[in-house]
Amino acid sequence: MSEFILRFFVGGLVVSFFAMLGDMLRPKSFAGLFSAAPSIALATLTLTIHKYGRAYAAGEAETMLLGSIAFLLYCALASFLLRRFRPSAFIVSFALLPVWLVISIGSWMIFSGRW
Amino acid sequence: MISARISSLKETKPHEYLIRFAFGGGATVLAGFIAMRFGPGPGGLFLAFPAIFPATATLIEAHEKKRMAKIGHDGTNRGRMAASIDAAGASLGCIGLAGFAVILWLMLPKHNAFLYLVVALAVWVVLSVVLWKVRKSRLFGIRFGMSR
Repeated sequence: MSEFILRFFVGGLVVSFFAMLGDMLRPKSFAGLFSAAPSIALATLTLTIHKYGRAYAAGEAETMLLGSIAFLLYCALASFLLRRFRPSAFIVSFALLPVWLVISIGSWMIFSGRW
Repeated sequence: MISARISSLKETKPHEYLIRFAFGGGATVLAGFIAMRFGPGPGGLFLAFPAIFPATATLIEAHEKKRMAKIGHDGTNRGRMAASIDAAGASLGCIGLAGFAVILWLMLPKHNAFLYLVVALAVWVVLSVVLWKVRKSRLFGIRFGMSR
């Protein structure tokens, strides 16, 4: 339980730090880079290396590559939909989360031979 | 021209900071829980979970609307375009994120972990900024334009 509390606070702090950097920077397209900062990875991997070792963390980094490709497709689709149809950013960004989930889990199942 | 405005931080209200903190903390706990329950494979996917993006895009739209309302205009479309530009920037950041993951995947098993966390972070910064510069500039006579 204490490990989850530690993860929550470290993750919250790192994500907030990168979000504040994004708030301060201009132009907006440059600030947008910080929406894809490796904030969860930095918070998680530091704790993972400490607890489970480097080999385990390298295994997480391997599939993080697939997660980041899914994130790229999620952002590209969100950008297109917002520019083309002008829906609410709140609706688009939350409605597309299942797209990220399906692409990342689907690609992991294909590359790990589970499918 | 890249610039930083500390005054922009005042536009974000305390509860908006708290929401982002909770999002980040929650996503980190989720990534840890999935790794514990299902192993490092599925857990690693969640290291690239879009944790900040939904909150940031929503805030960008809201702030742009508020700014336009102050001068008597409806900023709905402008706010959504601003969120679209942010998402286009984030998609370049994702390529940097992939570079971050590759460095750690290849280097962590044999080298100093904390040194390579710093190297991977530097790779994310350099790759993202270079791609952003390339997209802003004219390449082969084609402007890969992001208007703002």
